[in-house]
Amino acid sequence: MWEYTEKVKDHFFNPRNVGSLEDADAIGEVGSLACGDALKLYLKIDPDSHKILDARFQTFGCGSAVASSSAMTEMIKGKTVDEALAITNQDIADYLGGLPKQKMHCSVMGKDALEAAIACYRGEPAPKDHLDGELVCECFGVTDKHIREVALENRLNNIEEVTNFTKAGGGCGLCHDKIEKILEEIRGQLKLRQSTVDVPPKEMTNIQKIARIQEVIDKEIRPSLQKDGGDMELIDLDGSHVKIAFRGLCSSCPSSALTKAGIESKLKELVHPDLVVEEVMA
Amino acid sequence: MKMIYLDNNATSQVAPEALDAMMPFLTDRYGNPSSMHFFGGSVARDVAVARENLADLLGVSPTEIIFTSGGTESDSTAILSALATSPERREIVTTRVEHPAVLNLCKHLARFKGYTVKWLSVDKEGNLNLDEVNGAISTHTAVVSIMWANNETGVIFPVEKIAEIAAERGALMHTDGVQIVGKIPLKLKNTAINFLALSGHKLHSAKGIGALYLKKGTRFQPFMIGGHQEYDRRGGTENVPGIVGLGKAAELAAKGLDQERTRVKALRDRLQAGILNSVQFARVNGSLENRLPNTLNIGFEFVEGESILLKLDELGICASSGSACTSGSLEPSHVLRAMGVPFTSVHGSIRFSLSRYNTAEEIDFVIQQMPVIIESLRAMSPFGRDNTSIACTVQ
Repeated sequence: MWEYTEKVKDHFFNPRNVGSLEDADAIGEVGSLACGDALKLYLKIDPDSHKILDARFQTFGCGSAVASSSAMTEMIKGKTVDEALAITNQDIADYLGGLPKQKMHCSVMGKDALEAAIACYRGEPAPKDHLDGELVCECFGVTDKHIREVALENRLNNIEEVTNFTKAGGGCGLCHDKIEKILEEIRGQLKLRQSTVDVPPKEMTNIQKIARIQEVIDKEIRPSLQKDGGDMELIDLDGSHVKIAFRGLCSSCPSSALTKAGIESKLKELVHPDLVVEEVMA
Repeated sequence: MKMIYLDNNATSQVAPEALDAMMPFLTDRYGNPSSMHFFGGSVARDVAVARENLADLLGVSPTEIIFTSGGTESDSTAILSALATSPERREIVTTRVEHPAVLNLCKHLARFKGYTVKWLSVDKEGNLNLDEVNGAISTHTAVVSIMWANNETGVIFPVEKIAEIAAERGALMHTDGVQIVGKIPLKLKNTAINFLALSGHKLHSAKGIGALYLKKGTRFQPFMIGGHQEYDRRGGTENVPGIVGLGKAAELAAKGLDQERTRVKALRDRLQAGILNSVQFARVNGSLENRLPNTLNIGFEFVEGESILLKLDELGICASSGSACTSGSLEPSHVLRAMGVPFTSVHGSIRFSLSRYNTAEEIDFVIQQMPVIIESLRAMSPFGRDNTSIACTVQ
């Protein structure tokens, strides 16, 4: 017997927003009868404000799949599509007071249906059934791209967790090596995220940006440069151009161009994706 | 709320008579049956009576009974003994639909001990193909392990016939009899079956007690090695309360065999007809004729099993499901998949398993509730109606 919270039971026995919308502006569909769970989400969206006016769902699945669908529709009503997209599967699980870990894929299904519906609204190709990328788990039709996204977002560490969140690897088990490889790849990125630098806020003033860049440089970049006898300094920030100068051995190092690319990708990830690094003489 | 218990293939109510029989051995009569003094020795006599009662139920001699901790220990004991005593034979023949007690042991033996396992398939009604069985058993076969009745569908396998084929080729025959004992009259003495595993808690006695039938003359190596208990075939001080309870339950089961065939079967058939008449798109999984009298496995299309169980549970009705979501694994039941149950109904399969303690009122209540539950879930499901499929049809 699963240990479902009272909130999960409430949303299963009294699901909110069940049904379809005749005049839906967007429909998102994920899952299938063969997989054992599926969710079809209908949205009514205001064309001017992009606010979600109404949401309805139809779900085939277990108690937590129904509850996740119900919770998700409650959470997105009244939000703009951008605000709705910021909801993570963990937010859905939290709303329900948590889900058994083997059932986290139900919250992921809710999030996926939402993304599919909003892609539909925006006229983008639907990310349907995660067909993007290379197929990893043949039993449940899960691709490397989907595993990577969910694993990064939820900081998954092992195959069991990947299975709990995506179902990948939960069938014959032949893809476990491939999943392990993906986990190894992203472990480096996860380590960075778990490091002393917190995830950046979405909107930053110039001063905040500079402070953050300095923090990342001090904590994440300079220590490794110093190990090789080099160093660097932040000179200026001009819009999205980060101006730096190399010091010590770095200033004469022929591979400083590579170092610069490495710094840029770290700043893009930890501060802002638009940042470009420029080396200046100073 | 009154509970309606229809999950007897999972476990069953301890018969009040069995509990009464056990109580003295949990209180005053705590003697060790191996002791020389009267206090222990008198307990040995109760163990002997229990052994006789169980032997009678199976149609065997008391000396052919070894008490164990349950079905799993009995299965492991039988299969590992058969392999150990046939070292020149490296093959095991079993089915794809065994209980994990046999299925996972055979997988383990294949993976880590180098045995070849021949996995027999079943058809869409859950029956074995005797030609395939015949082709799989050879002079390389150490043991044939085939359940007598399947726990999920209740389908009964012709193990007596298969035991004869095994005997012809010098292979030992084991059967997991956990589901059949107490439901169908057995006369093991007249068969070529070497081992049969049974479990106490499936036939109205306590958990933690079971037995292995070991045919006289079968070569044997113990699984639990220790003291001289169970004629040197299973070490460890006897679980006396469990054994006495199982003996009483066996006595009751022997008396109730007719009831299983008549009253319990009639209730099961009533439940089956009632559901099939009132719920559309429902189908019975497994052979209709060749089946235990207490078991009904029904697949409901377009709905998912755990949801059904949750709704039943709210009404106090206990059943189980072959759906992926109830097991903790993501795959639906290996039994239903081996039968090729269509994916539209495999996730919505529910097993009702009855016992002599069920009543017609209980069954009628379930018959009345089932259509309501299935309808409410189908109303929520995106499948099973005229479906404007595929995202982005509206814009």
